[in-house]
Amino acid sequence: MDSDTSDPNQSGEAGKISRRRLLALIGVAGAAAVAAPLVPSMMGKSTGTASGEAGKKAGGVLRQWTLVIDLRKCEGCVTQDKPPACTEACNTEHFVPAGQQWLRVMNVKSEAGHTYYLPRPCMQCENPPCVKVCPVGATYRTEEGVTLINHERCIGCRMCMAACPYGARSFNWNQPQNPPGATFAKYSPEFPVPHRQGTVEKCMLCAHRTADGKLPACAEKCPMKAIYLGDLTEDIATNGTDIVKLSTFLGENSAYRLKEELGTRPRVWYIPGHGQEYGHHVGDERATQNPRSWQELGATLDKTHEGGK
Amino acid sequence: MTTASREERLEETVYRPLLHTSRAWYAWMAVLVVLMGVGFVAYYEQLQRGLAVTGMRDTVVWGLYISNFVFFSGVSMSGTFISAILRITGAEWRRPITRLAEITTVSALLMCGLMPIVDMGRPDRVANILLYGRLESPLLWDILAISTYLTASVIYLFLFIIPDSALLRDKFAGKVSGLRHRVYSLVSLGWQGLPEQHRHLERGAGIMMLIIIPIGVTVHSVVSWIFGMTYRAGWASTIFAPYFAVGALYSGTAMLITLMIIFRKVYHLEEYLTEKHFRYLSYLLVVFGIGYLYFTFAEYLTIGYKLASEDKLLLESLLLGKYSPLVWGGFFFGQILPIIWAAFRRTRTIPLMLIGSILVNIGMWIKRFIIVVPTLSLPLLPYDWGVYTPSWVEIAVTVASFGGFALTLTLFTKLFPIIPVWEMKEGWEQEKAKQSAPSAGLAAGPTTLTPQTGGARNG
Repeated sequence: MDSDTSDPNQSGEAGKISRRRLLALIGVAGAAAVAAPLVPSMMGKSTGTASGEAGKKAGGVLRQWTLVIDLRKCEGCVTQDKPPACTEACNTEHFVPAGQQWLRVMNVKSEAGHTYYLPRPCMQCENPPCVKVCPVGATYRTEEGVTLINHERCIGCRMCMAACPYGARSFNWNQPQNPPGATFAKYSPEFPVPHRQGTVEKCMLCAHRTADGKLPACAEKCPMKAIYLGDLTEDIATNGTDIVKLSTFLGENSAYRLKEELGTRPRVWYIPGHGQEYGHHVGDERATQNPRSWQELGATLDKTHEGGK
Repeated sequence: MTTASREERLEETVYRPLLHTSRAWYAWMAVLVVLMGVGFVAYYEQLQRGLAVTGMRDTVVWGLYISNFVFFSGVSMSGTFISAILRITGAEWRRPITRLAEITTVSALLMCGLMPIVDMGRPDRVANILLYGRLESPLLWDILAISTYLTASVIYLFLFIIPDSALLRDKFAGKVSGLRHRVYSLVSLGWQGLPEQHRHLERGAGIMMLIIIPIGVTVHSVVSWIFGMTYRAGWASTIFAPYFAVGALYSGTAMLITLMIIFRKVYHLEEYLTEKHFRYLSYLLVVFGIGYLYFTFAEYLTIGYKLASEDKLLLESLLLGKYSPLVWGGFFFGQILPIIWAAFRRTRTIPLMLIGSILVNIGMWIKRFIIVVPTLSLPLLPYDWGVYTPSWVEIAVTVASFGGFALTLTLFTKLFPIIPVWEMKEGWEQEKAKQSAPSAGLAAGPTTLTPQTGGARNG
């Protein structure tokens, strides 16, 4: 059980490095002699897939963030007759542009005929297809295992969106509306406000909040406490009220990940269920309500948004 | 007929478009300029309001622009690649068609290269590709391969223009504007037809012919890998690289046939672009077409046999569902019909070949579209299907890109002869030398390895 969670992380590194080497070699071979003098500088710039190795960093432990979503507790907020609180929390936290849902709660009807709800954030893959294909290194993986986007570098080619097997990415097709004062907000990939036209957006596991010792907005605002923030380094996870041993929690509850067969090694785990802990019946096919935008919820930019950085 | 009159007639015919401009030419240029103007207006609109003015959305993130990109990269295969192979193998019949083939490549590549920039959300940051380019990204492979192919194709085109440009410099002195004369002297690089210069040219051309073939293959392979390197149903295929390369040869050969028929008619080249050229190119078209059919069959059979969950959805939408008219229409009119027409002497007539070769490229364009769009529309999780309807902006830019392709060709043929005069003459001289000394030709046969001797007798 332990090996289920820690091994993919550990053993993955050797594979990743050799794959990067291989890709680089193929790239160099294909690039012809013209590009040869450019290679070292190009490779130097490609700091995209930062090593996910657990280790100490100055001043503390280097976290390896993961999310656990307990589907036994998630009933899409339909029994409360409300839009999904996690999505709305995300919308207000990040001023998510109109039409986008960085954390989307899907209504799933299984082949067996039962209905359940599936919140889909970014999977924070350990082998992220989006990071590999980015031509400019605008999307990259941090040492803590979170995939971020540098909106000041993104060229808007949308190759990452084509590569993502989860549909977790959105694009600013026009200039998104920003909250008053956003123009002067301190932009960082951890807190990408103001939003910019022609760039790609997605969930970044509230990197500005975790750095500050807070839960992601979705986990904090989930009324059912179905979302846990976990740390592979210390093998621990919490939803704000309970604290669990991550590996045991995943193992005992037969946790799974989406599209595991692809080898993307997501860092988001699901515990199978259909909201039974909140009295949701498998035959209840009510769809989740449309989440309200940050404007409708009246979110404003304040100090707390700026996070730890 | 004597050789002298043959040469005079060639110059008369081929140089006519360079010196005389008909009213029809101006009308044609006006049409192209209008098309491109509308395209520029559309692109300006897109720059102002963002890609929201296109039909693309978060599910179908690529549409017409990327389809055009793949299409033009395919068309670009025809020219330089075929020209290089024909030169290397010493096919004498190549002589009148190489220039047209090469400029087709250059024109198509220019449009091909523009498309990803038009598709970019932040064209203002195009320099980031140079500043932060990552070799792991298939997009960077594309940028490198296409810019290498474009550079090589321009050099290749240029090399064979040098002697022609020298002819124009000498012949047209005083007949054309000073600026144009200066262009000819500049391009001819002081060419005097000295044996030394011929030796250098042959050497440079020999190197370019050899390297241009693998470069051509890389272009079509890496274009396919933009799709092949993802996890998506219909894209995650190992045969994509050769599949695209063969498709490109098919599409490119058809484009060459189309343009040959058009230029033959417009510039009265009937004496030089003969039945034989169309017959040989038809053979090539049939071979590439059957190869492409084979790849299509292999592609669909392997995914259709297994029917993996997403593949099943995709295949249903392609063969039976929403996209089935495009797929079956493209298959029948773009592959089966033109291949049959090209294969039989009865149907290998100029009008049918013109229609057939245009149908091939309509079919290939549709094929690009149904590679790009249906796969992106597939729900990756329990999402809704993506929908995509191109907007007027995308359609206008697409039309303008075809206008740009035609404009490049039109302008080029106003400046340089579309049939390489010096190469034709060279061919005739070799032929004459052989006829006057057949024994010498035979004696030289077994010992020499130069391409010139290869198919000379057929020419």
